[in-house]
Amino acid sequence: MTTAVEGSPHRADGGRSELLGLAALLGAGLLLAAVGARWISGPLVPLALALVLAAVVAVIWTAVAGSPESKRRIAPYGLLKPGMLWLALFYLAPLITLLRSSLSTRPSRFAVDFTFDWNLGNYTTAFTDFAPQFGRAFLYAGSATVLTILIGFPLAYVIAFRGGRFKTLLLGLVVIPFFTSYLIRTIAWRSLLADTGQVVQLFDTLRISGILETVGVMDNGRVLNTPAAVIGGLTYNFLPFMILPIYVSLEKVDPRLVDAAQDLYSTAFQSFRKVVVPLALPGVFAGTLLTFIPAAGDFVNALYLGSPNTTMIGNSIQDQFLVQSNVPLASAMSFVLMLIITVFVFVYSRFFGTEDLT
Amino acid sequence: MDTQDPAAPYRTDPRPTTSPDPARTDTGTGTGSDTGTDDVVVLDGVSKRFGSFTAVDRADFTIERGEFFAMLGPSGCGKTTTLKMIAGFEQPSGGRVLLEGVDVSRTPPYKRNVNTVFQQYALFPHMTVAENVAFGPRSKKVPKAEYVERVTDMLEVVRLSDFAHRRPNQLSGGQQQRVALARALVNYPSALLLDEPLAALDLKLREAMQFELKRIQREVGITFVFVTHDQGEALTMSDRIAVMNEGRVEQIGTPEDIYHRPATLFVASFIGTANLLPGALAGRDGDELIVRLESGDTVRAVGSNTSAGVGSHADGSPVSVMLRPERLRVIPAPGTGADRAVEPGGAAPGRSVSGTVDDLVFQGASARLSLRLADGTDVIANVGTDADLPFLRPGDPVAVTWQPGAAYLLAGRPPRPGASTTDVDQVEAAL
Repeated sequence: MTTAVEGSPHRADGGRSELLGLAALLGAGLLLAAVGARWISGPLVPLALALVLAAVVAVIWTAVAGSPESKRRIAPYGLLKPGMLWLALFYLAPLITLLRSSLSTRPSRFAVDFTFDWNLGNYTTAFTDFAPQFGRAFLYAGSATVLTILIGFPLAYVIAFRGGRFKTLLLGLVVIPFFTSYLIRTIAWRSLLADTGQVVQLFDTLRISGILETVGVMDNGRVLNTPAAVIGGLTYNFLPFMILPIYVSLEKVDPRLVDAAQDLYSTAFQSFRKVVVPLALPGVFAGTLLTFIPAAGDFVNALYLGSPNTTMIGNSIQDQFLVQSNVPLASAMSFVLMLIITVFVFVYSRFFGTEDLT
Repeated sequence: MDTQDPAAPYRTDPRPTTSPDPARTDTGTGTGSDTGTDDVVVLDGVSKRFGSFTAVDRADFTIERGEFFAMLGPSGCGKTTTLKMIAGFEQPSGGRVLLEGVDVSRTPPYKRNVNTVFQQYALFPHMTVAENVAFGPRSKKVPKAEYVERVTDMLEVVRLSDFAHRRPNQLSGGQQQRVALARALVNYPSALLLDEPLAALDLKLREAMQFELKRIQREVGITFVFVTHDQGEALTMSDRIAVMNEGRVEQIGTPEDIYHRPATLFVASFIGTANLLPGALAGRDGDELIVRLESGDTVRAVGSNTSAGVGSHADGSPVSVMLRPERLRVIPAPGTGADRAVEPGGAAPGRSVSGTVDDLVFQGASARLSLRLADGTDVIANVGTDADLPFLRPGDPVAVTWQPGAAYLLAGRPPRPGASTTDVDQVEAAL
């Protein structure tokens, strides 16, 4: 290394050693994953761990050693190393473990243990037995996302354009509920929505129970344990994740653009629709992802605000994992949920993606 | 640009009251409204107050059709507020704004047939250049075939046809400026309002755009109302200028009027460099007034009745004599006595002041001579680089003279006697 003076062979060497380092890291992560997934067992485990250690040491050594010049050249690759290591250890390895257990079989209904045997039956069961739960998960999460847009957009708009010196305070109010635990807040809604709670009383006083009954918000005089309660809980819990990104988008909109639109013969509403909304779409896009993805996998709201008729896929996965101890089936269900969400995000970003504005 | 008359598309405008009408004289005098519609914008005692602060104080002026009209003043003088009241973004606290003879004081911007070129252009970032320009006609529900043609024509006028499908952020500052112009002009407004349109451009581009704006204005024949704090810009481009200060209109006139015959001390000192010499009225001789300066010199000056009513002033009242540096000639004294410096070289009595050289800076085509009068007032003269000049040293006695009519009389004492320059860069730095 130290004798190399000419540029190009040296550079090629530096680049190659860097790629090798990255490959070693990835290999180390996979080895760790294999140990974790018990693909490697018995006397091979210490050997695998030794290999992982060697790879990590080698990678660190290539980063520390070498001439200053070669270090400078390989620095950009070097910066990838912590991230790659992190991904390999905490993303790739668990993912492979999950995939492996989803393809495993339990020896009996009551066994906790399972063996890997390329069993695709778990996926069939996930689709056939849990279709309603998948359906509800996406229906409830989708409704909650739409509601958060409807509630969050005007709120973000008012804070961004009319907030004035209260902007920070108003944003603080949006964030303050986070100071209380998610679980506590959801459970608090139980007493608010209870049959003798303030919400039902209010509806009765206003004599709108009948109307709410027809539109499906209430069921037999109850609000708690209805789909509406679950959707409401999801909406409440994920609202800030919609407000904040929309606010960030709207904050960047120059108010003079609205002036310009009105100068060019647009009414206040037209200029809002043709100028403000398109410019806020990146925020709506980000907010939708932040809201829809966790809401689709959520089980807390359905658990505390819903009924057995409103279980979402999150509840079923939790049940299979922790109550039935059917890890292979639960893994398969998790994988299916993940795949559906990935497809949704892909399609959504194709149709609504606004990468040239973000 | 092909050989077709570039102004042709604008003659096809179906709205006769707003199109530039070269055939106006042919219509004869039969239509009584003809004279009325020549005033595109009328401000009738317009005031604007924000709480206890008066931004615009009883502005009264008329902008005629096809005019290039500038509102000039330091920052905070109310010029932008006045423009916003014409555009409709602000409503006057008092008085009326008339557009094409109709009171629009309470009309929202989207119902007024004026368009604005905003200071930072305010182009819609999510639309292409063509979509930006088409925004106005589409809002007005102009049929597609027609607005496409108008957008194409207008992009040709501003020379951006090749950029129709670019986004604003892919354009340079000058190109964005022209998009903003096209976006406003494509609506054939009664008047185009420009709010410091060149302020965001660098110096070289700014100078090029001054001529570009004039060319476009000539081509489309639309009234331009232009707000600027840059006196050079206003003098170069405008047909008429309204000089504003602290919410009041100080003077309205042609660039020559404003420069050579300022109405007030403020106008004199704001436009260009002016030497303002304090003195007292000592009598009159025909058209000329005799002023005894505080430096001890007695000079003759002219003044119009409009320059704050000089004609009515009694002897002894405080006045100022304005001398523009480029109209001064230097008479170096061959001897050492200050008395001798006043007399020689054919300087007519009452057309010179004498002092001592303070500084002399060679500037190429001319030299900038600073001299100090007996009372300590500084005077600046831009003089030719004559053979005598290099021999002037600080402290030498010297006198400057001028042609009849170059000394202009203004009422009142200057706030700061001597040479005053409004340096645009200083104004910008202060903003």
